[in-house]
Amino acid sequence: MTIDTRPGAATVTVTVTVNGRPQRREVPARTLLVHLIREELALTGATVGCDTSSCGACTVLLDGRSAKSCTLLAAQADGAEIGTVEGLADGDRLHPVQEAFREHHALQCGFCTPGMVLAAVSLLAEHPGPLTEQEVRHGLKGNLCRCTGYHNIVRAVLAVDAARHAG
Amino acid sequence: MIPAHLRYHRAGDLTEALRLRREHGDLLRPLAGGQSLLPALKLRRDAVDTLLDLGRLTELSYVAARGDHLAIGALTRYHLLLADPLVARHAPILATAAASVGDPQVRHAGTVGGALAQADPAADLPTALVALAATAVLTSVDGARLVPVAELAVAPGVTVCRPDELLTEVRVPLPGPRRWSYRTFARPALEWSLVAVAVADGRVALAGMDRTIRRATAVETALAEGASATAAAAYADRDCEPADDVRGSADYRRHLSRVLVARALADAVEERR
Repeated sequence: MTIDTRPGAATVTVTVTVNGRPQRREVPARTLLVHLIREELALTGATVGCDTSSCGACTVLLDGRSAKSCTLLAAQADGAEIGTVEGLADGDRLHPVQEAFREHHALQCGFCTPGMVLAAVSLLAEHPGPLTEQEVRHGLKGNLCRCTGYHNIVRAVLAVDAARHAG
Repeated sequence: MIPAHLRYHRAGDLTEALRLRREHGDLLRPLAGGQSLLPALKLRRDAVDTLLDLGRLTELSYVAARGDHLAIGALTRYHLLLADPLVARHAPILATAAASVGDPQVRHAGTVGGALAQADPAADLPTALVALAATAVLTSVDGARLVPVAELAVAPGVTVCRPDELLTEVRVPLPGPRRWSYRTFARPALEWSLVAVAVADGRVALAGMDRTIRRATAVETALAEGASATAAAAYADRDCEPADDVRGSADYRRHLSRVLVARALADAVEERR
């Protein structure tokens, strides 16, 4: 009998803080972050659209920055702070980006919306602004809306940017 | 889609990662940001025994000016290049090329070293690094060796990096180029470049025109001999063997290379720093 000296394991323990709450799960090493979030933690805001890193429906915040959770292993996120759309609102009070999406009719079927909102949150956090329309469009390049509701989405993000500069 | 069964180990520091590479070689596949490797594993186009996650080696995330070169750690993520003051001052072409990579989400995760190790013939940042005559640092427990980035890839997905080595740093010679340009042509919806061109002073690098990113030596020679930018650009596809596939015919890629080289050379006439 030979002794397996390989490092690592086929199962990993992942400890993450999701929307401010510590979570710990033991999962197969191949588990994708999006499946940890949806199936283990029962947070279904992040959706699996294309499953090929193109559509951005699975976007979450990883230590405050947008990331595609279908293209990260849960193990890679061990120790990280994860933000999902479920954690944005403060009780009944919507996050300013959510409120702007509602105000500007920036969603139709809603499938892309959680990812789109989180991509916008990340964009606004990274860029002090004021943002141009072009910058917003480039900043949301990783998120597809198959209802093609882009104009209203861009308007909503620009409105949040304008509001924060108006004080 | 999920990857096939695999094992996972996160390296605690570079010393441990190098020791494990020496002991287990290719049984361990280095994982950096995973933005190319994970899609390949999900589509079962690639397979691994054990992933060696380097993602927490923060000691390899840096940009530093060291006299005759700008050093960039292999684990430096793309988005950090976009706003780095040393990059802006010495090699802004790297910020431009990094901005062409994927989308913000990919740029938050993907790394400089990962892009080089993946050896994709159409990758943005490696194209700029070839034009900059940059050098890759390959490290093992025995020490480091230097390989020009232009010689790092030998075929798509294959580099000269040995099973006991890790790519730890890339070095851009200083002073940086006085004239530069980065031009890419891609389908809008997040496609990789069909063809991309990086110009740094008299050096011209081409992506998407062969099995690896390469220098357009015929263009460089024509320029050195005093040819106009337009005349030199006509040699862009000389000696190249571009792919002929569903994304574009070889003839179309040849045409694109001549057009993009002409535009890039026109950009690079004026000093842009």
